[in-house]
Amino acid sequence: MRIGEPQLRDNLHVATRTIRAKRAEVVAEVEDWEALREAGRAIKADAMRRLDALLSELEEAVTAAGGHVHWARDAAEANAVVGDIVAGHGAREVVKVKSLTTDEIGLNAALGERGVEALETDLAELILQLSDDWPSHILVPAIHRNRREIRDLFARELGVEGLGDDPEELTDAARRHLRQAFLRAPVGISGANFAIAETGTVGVVESEGNGRMCTTLPPVLVTVMGIEKALPAWRDLEVFLQLLPRSSTGERMNPYTSLWTGVTEGDGPGEFHLVLLDNGRTRVLADEVGRDALHCIRCSACLNACPVYARVGGHAYRSVYPGPIGAVLTPQLHGVPGEYDDLPWASSLCGACYEVCPVKIDIPSLLVHLRGRAEPSEPALRVMGWAMEGPRRFAAAQKAGALALRAGVPLPPWTKGRDLPAAPKETFREWWRRTR
Amino acid sequence: MVRVALLVTCLVDTLFPQAGIATVRLLERLGCEVAFPDGQTCCGQMHRNSGLLNEGRALAARLPEVFAGYDAVVAPSASCAATVRETTDLRVFELSEFLVGELGVEDVGASFPHRVTYHPTCHSLRALHVGDAPLRLLRAVRGLDLVELPDAHECCGFGGTFAVKNADISLAMLADKLRNVRATEAEVCTAADCSCLMHIGGGLRRTGAPVRTMHLAEILQS
Repeated sequence: MRIGEPQLRDNLHVATRTIRAKRAEVVAEVEDWEALREAGRAIKADAMRRLDALLSELEEAVTAAGGHVHWARDAAEANAVVGDIVAGHGAREVVKVKSLTTDEIGLNAALGERGVEALETDLAELILQLSDDWPSHILVPAIHRNRREIRDLFARELGVEGLGDDPEELTDAARRHLRQAFLRAPVGISGANFAIAETGTVGVVESEGNGRMCTTLPPVLVTVMGIEKALPAWRDLEVFLQLLPRSSTGERMNPYTSLWTGVTEGDGPGEFHLVLLDNGRTRVLADEVGRDALHCIRCSACLNACPVYARVGGHAYRSVYPGPIGAVLTPQLHGVPGEYDDLPWASSLCGACYEVCPVKIDIPSLLVHLRGRAEPSEPALRVMGWAMEGPRRFAAAQKAGALALRAGVPLPPWTKGRDLPAAPKETFREWWRRTR
Repeated sequence: MVRVALLVTCLVDTLFPQAGIATVRLLERLGCEVAFPDGQTCCGQMHRNSGLLNEGRALAARLPEVFAGYDAVVAPSASCAATVRETTDLRVFELSEFLVGELGVEDVGASFPHRVTYHPTCHSLRALHVGDAPLRLLRAVRGLDLVELPDAHECCGFGGTFAVKNADISLAMLADKLRNVRATEAEVCTAADCSCLMHIGGGLRRTGAPVRTMHLAEILQS
């Protein structure tokens, strides 16, 4: 994995440090934080064990409340379902809530091919869309852009003259651009943070209010949801609505929590579609260790805590799921061994991600598990493993190692920035034998 | 008398025997009977973490027999102690954890009149949760001027094979650690793991910084 440019590293260093401090402060206020984390973990583990039944229950409840449920095995199926719904209403334009799942399946491009413009309404997603870029952080997708770049982009793409780089001014420009679209678009599209199987309720948490507009103003609402987002019961929200904002934005509560159950006459959209997406998730579920990655509630605390993320940036993870959680989720979604087998190696296993994870995903253990599943060759280590099977072979290997060190054998990746230690005149076991 | 088996670790045995020798002398000074079961080689951490799960398991499987019959197994390494604790049922402790938690000692009678900074290694912090045990031990050392390391809890970038597989990222993490170590103006940087110290020390020597690295045991034994 390649290291990021100095400017990117500085931006990320400042941004992640700030949000880490905010998170630490609001987490420290909660006396039963560890018990909450354990509850979050247990609820998710239970949901994964009986996901098939939960999804059927969810489908029944959504249908009973007047919604339509669709099942999509992969990105192509999900995009086709959404595209058909949009086309069925003759829509040329849709408004979107920030959604990693729709980014994962490339929905905007798929709609574009059918002549439909999908307008991102989250400020950061709008910035990325206007610059033909993609997210580098789960919560702060445009974390790699600074406000001068954004000013220039808005001035050019939104045709705003004399725009300054003050965040309020930039937000105002975006708001003016978006407001008409909210009122005009016949279809709104969202992802989902949760879906309650018991009641058929779907929920989105957000900060800007654009999500509330997208899910209430257009006459038709389509939600694309990864199947792992299903929760058994309404009361489970109590746990996750505490864990998520504190871990994510470092706030006690997120500004907007939108929950909807099917359709309600005279209130919000008159037509609701829920697309349940697999796209590799059942593959993850089949691995009893690796499946813990599906517990993720997309808070991004692990990204902010990760020393590697801060130095490579989100794009280095080649997926919409960057950072430590991306390193364990992306390879599994695509299949191990596979094209993302390098990601689990992008970690010093420092454990900072596990420490902050609100649902206690033991990411370091998953990284090690996935390194093993990819069946690496590692010939040098295999020889060492053989030598270490007994003390005599090991003592011989120690001698060979000391000779190599004394001879100054170069070890390029190590000696690139570090000196090698000097070879000691005797090993510990030689000292022990000599003196005892 | 407490009968302690030393798990010296393959790295200390091979490259940093002085840390193992200091551990033996320190434990003996504190009244322990120390044995070195010489069937020991490696705990298998390196293999496990590098995806060679079978090799890692085979090495871990040797440990219960090699270390059978002692009151406790003590290692001058948090990461090896964490691995052994995870893969076996042995009563294994990292040195500072053993001294403070098991022996109930903070003042080990050491004297070390130098300016020292302490780097809490990731495995001592986040795998074993040794907390402030090493700091308590260092604070009780006569003449020792303990200086706080800025951003101490951040990983130094070693990470085993990560240091060579992702050398550029590892070195960027090291650069920040070195800047913080130098800012303390300490003469000595200490830690519970020789692996991290090998990385930090290698960087300090490469950049010509006037700071030495020493394992915690070497200071406590002085």
